[in-house]
Amino acid sequence: MISSQTMAPQELLLPAKSGFILLTLFIALTLNLMPWPNWINWLLPDFVALLVLYWSIEAPRKMSFILAWCLGLMMDIANGSLFGQHALAYVILVYAGIAVHRRIQNFQIPAQLLHIAPLLLLTNCVVLLVRALADASYPGYSYFLSTLVGVALWPVIGFILKIPQRPRSDPSRA
Amino acid sequence: MERTPPPLFRTGPSALTRLIIFVTLSIALLVADARFNYLSLIRQVSSVAVYPLQQLATTPKQVWTYFSDLFISQTSLRKNNLYLSAQNLILANAAQEAEALRIENVHLRALVDAREKSPIPSVVAEILYAARDPFSRKVMIDKGLQQDIVAGRPVVDHLGVIGQISQTYPWLSEVTLITDKGHLVPVLNVRTGARAVIAGTGDDSRLELRFVPLASDFQKGDRLVTSGIDGIYPQGIPVAEVMNVERNSAALFATVDCKPLAGVNTDIQVLVLGPLPSVPERPTTPTPSNPKKKKGGA
Repeated sequence: MISSQTMAPQELLLPAKSGFILLTLFIALTLNLMPWPNWINWLLPDFVALLVLYWSIEAPRKMSFILAWCLGLMMDIANGSLFGQHALAYVILVYAGIAVHRRIQNFQIPAQLLHIAPLLLLTNCVVLLVRALADASYPGYSYFLSTLVGVALWPVIGFILKIPQRPRSDPSRA
Repeated sequence: MERTPPPLFRTGPSALTRLIIFVTLSIALLVADARFNYLSLIRQVSSVAVYPLQQLATTPKQVWTYFSDLFISQTSLRKNNLYLSAQNLILANAAQEAEALRIENVHLRALVDAREKSPIPSVVAEILYAARDPFSRKVMIDKGLQQDIVAGRPVVDHLGVIGQISQTYPWLSEVTLITDKGHLVPVLNVRTGARAVIAGTGDDSRLELRFVPLASDFQKGDRLVTSGIDGIYPQGIPVAEVMNVERNSAALFATVDCKPLAGVNTDIQVLVLGPLPSVPERPTTPTPSNPKKKKGGA
């Protein structure tokens, strides 16, 4: 049984608007395509992957598979990676997010991180397997490091993305 | 915050079904791309949709470069100017020598009845961004099909070879760097004239020579230039410098570690070389007179 300390106090939030979800995903895609200095490049997490997972946990009915898949294809075109590599990863993330969303929504941040870190690493491993079968390339341990940076950014992303969903104070009382 | 409805209410196919559909689609695409290279055209068409986004994403960098150019200091300009005029003198001297050599060469070639080498046309391009695929070393440049860039063209900077065009889009092209794992360049050791094939390792600062016999003469500090026998890279462009040679008698080949000479991951401006003037046609039907004998000899 889960002790009451690991359960987050239920915060009442407005449902996220579809337009807002699309906007954040668009920004994430732009961030991914931005040229960064080399030393940041291998630390930088995949923002689209993080947001796809985030929205499939927070708004599982609005984050569609086809959207994630298309985002993945766009990443593949822009990066010149194998066609379908990112698409596969994002689709798996959507499924994983939908599968665990009921549980994760009730947890506090440390417990949430313990859930999403394995999910992101699992997705990495699937992509690694695909690339190993395709052309036997291995990018080194730094590949997983960027995912861990992404996990560390999770609370920040959660905080920022919840701002527009917090209900404003009751206008009739003001 | 929202929750999925209980399975009592039907909301289309279940998540698992959708997962299976899209995973199958992705795997089909992956196989089509990796095994059969079917998707070049689809990539080109769909890249048009991504292009505005790529432009948007590179805008902050361009704005930053613009402003840092605008506020460049007087001292650094002056220093640069001095350096450039000194460099100019040296280069002018070299150019004169080269001109003399060229004329001499024309005469000599006329003597031996060899065809004169014509200069290779080239296009200056700018690197937009490095692809963020940890599995490969690729960059995107701002010239594409519209500027007659064709896949396979060599890309160089002022120091040497940086890579080869691997995919073209209408306004962009993708350059696979020589450090990309498995990318091969035929090279020539300047000191000895020995030929070899240099391969990328996936590490930005290391290349390795493939299939170098243990007894071959490679030393630390040897410069390797393109040999030109592949008909892709022009002859004599610097590629790498030998850093370390390891001869282990247990192995078949020597391990030769090299360092790329060109600024493979620091460049901004690069040069895409045009097609080589002439490559002799591959013999279409090789008919060895006695294949058995050949097999035994090898």
